[in-house]
Amino acid sequence: MPFEPVILFFLLGLFAGIIRSDLKIPAVLYDSLSIFLLLAIGIKGGIELARHSLAALAGPALAILAAAALIPLIAFVVLYRLGRLARADAASLAAHYGSVSVVTFAVAASFLSRNEIAYDGYMVVFLVLLEFPALLLGVVLARGGGSQTRWGPMLREVLGGKSIVLLIGGLLIGWLAGADGIKPLDRLFLDLFKGVLAFFLLEMGLVVASRLGDLRKAGAFLIGFGMAMPLAAATIGLLVGQFLDFSVGSSVLLATLFASASYIAAPAAMRIAIPEANPALSIGAALGVTFPFNLLLGIPLYHDMAERLNGVFQ
Amino acid sequence: MNPRLHHKCLLTIICEGEIERPLLAALQRIGVRGHTITEARGQGEHGDRDALWPSSANIRIEVLCDSNVADAALSALESEYFANYGLIAFVSDVGVLRTQKF
Repeated sequence: MPFEPVILFFLLGLFAGIIRSDLKIPAVLYDSLSIFLLLAIGIKGGIELARHSLAALAGPALAILAAAALIPLIAFVVLYRLGRLARADAASLAAHYGSVSVVTFAVAASFLSRNEIAYDGYMVVFLVLLEFPALLLGVVLARGGGSQTRWGPMLREVLGGKSIVLLIGGLLIGWLAGADGIKPLDRLFLDLFKGVLAFFLLEMGLVVASRLGDLRKAGAFLIGFGMAMPLAAATIGLLVGQFLDFSVGSSVLLATLFASASYIAAPAAMRIAIPEANPALSIGAALGVTFPFNLLLGIPLYHDMAERLNGVFQ
Repeated sequence: MNPRLHHKCLLTIICEGEIERPLLAALQRIGVRGHTITEARGQGEHGDRDALWPSSANIRIEVLCDSNVADAALSALESEYFANYGLIAFVSDVGVLRTQKF
């Protein structure tokens, strides 16, 4: 099979949604599953982080943050100049693409494990770091158009949002407890992870099917953007991975982070910070196009590209 | 109206769940002293609000207040929220006991 088996659950959800099945996953379950996934990813990263020196990660973190800032800027210019979108819409979309998708990252990690490709567990630190700067950048880009900025509620929404609280909280718990300390919780947080991910992807399939109508509003340009942007961003990620001398596995994860678009933190934050941006466009592109694109084609492709690029700077 | 009851306004707002926090803060600034929130689903100008995930979930906020507060709340909604958010608001006349609570 060319892609991860958990993706079959996503396809099942998508199919159920398209045929208008009465399958519905209650919103409380969506919340519960996402809380579990965010915590578990944080804890796994924290355990790995405990084995490394934090100081050694500072340099790569800065390089990655600087390179990642290019993504929303490129996205904004393409959408605003080429796509002729309204400034608020282009800025909101740029923020979605600059931020990251935790579930896409989890599927990429799962893809690497299944193919027995090693990667550094502390990559989760970069996941956390990349989640919010693009959201702030998106607001700055939008403000150029004279829109009012609600920095207070925006910062509360981003930094107090559940994804940041749970990822950082999980990281700290894993880091403080270490591998031995977490052992009693292994069965819940590590062994069950893949099953919960499969369940969440089933739900995401249903959600994506319900957003397909938004794609019509988005139009052909945004659909093309939803596939071209992750490819460009993944290429930047792979080059940065090579520059930092990352292994193939870690480079694939970095490329996936760069390629993914946020659909948990960004929609909530942008709704409040850039009210005039149309959420149907950003959610239609990020969730309707880029999320399935990365799951089905992107991740195996980034792996292939990482293999070809490996050692290119040596 | 039942002579035991006092006249109050019931302000009902049905809106996107994602704006709960700023909206409640705005209501509090206007002088609203309490509210009740329920999860809601529905369909309208903004399409199918099916509550499958947070971005497609609605909430229903109910507030009991004096008519001047309800009026101020409607004005704030009109100037800050109507243009950009999926939101409807309406006021009905109701009778309550313990008028000092609201």
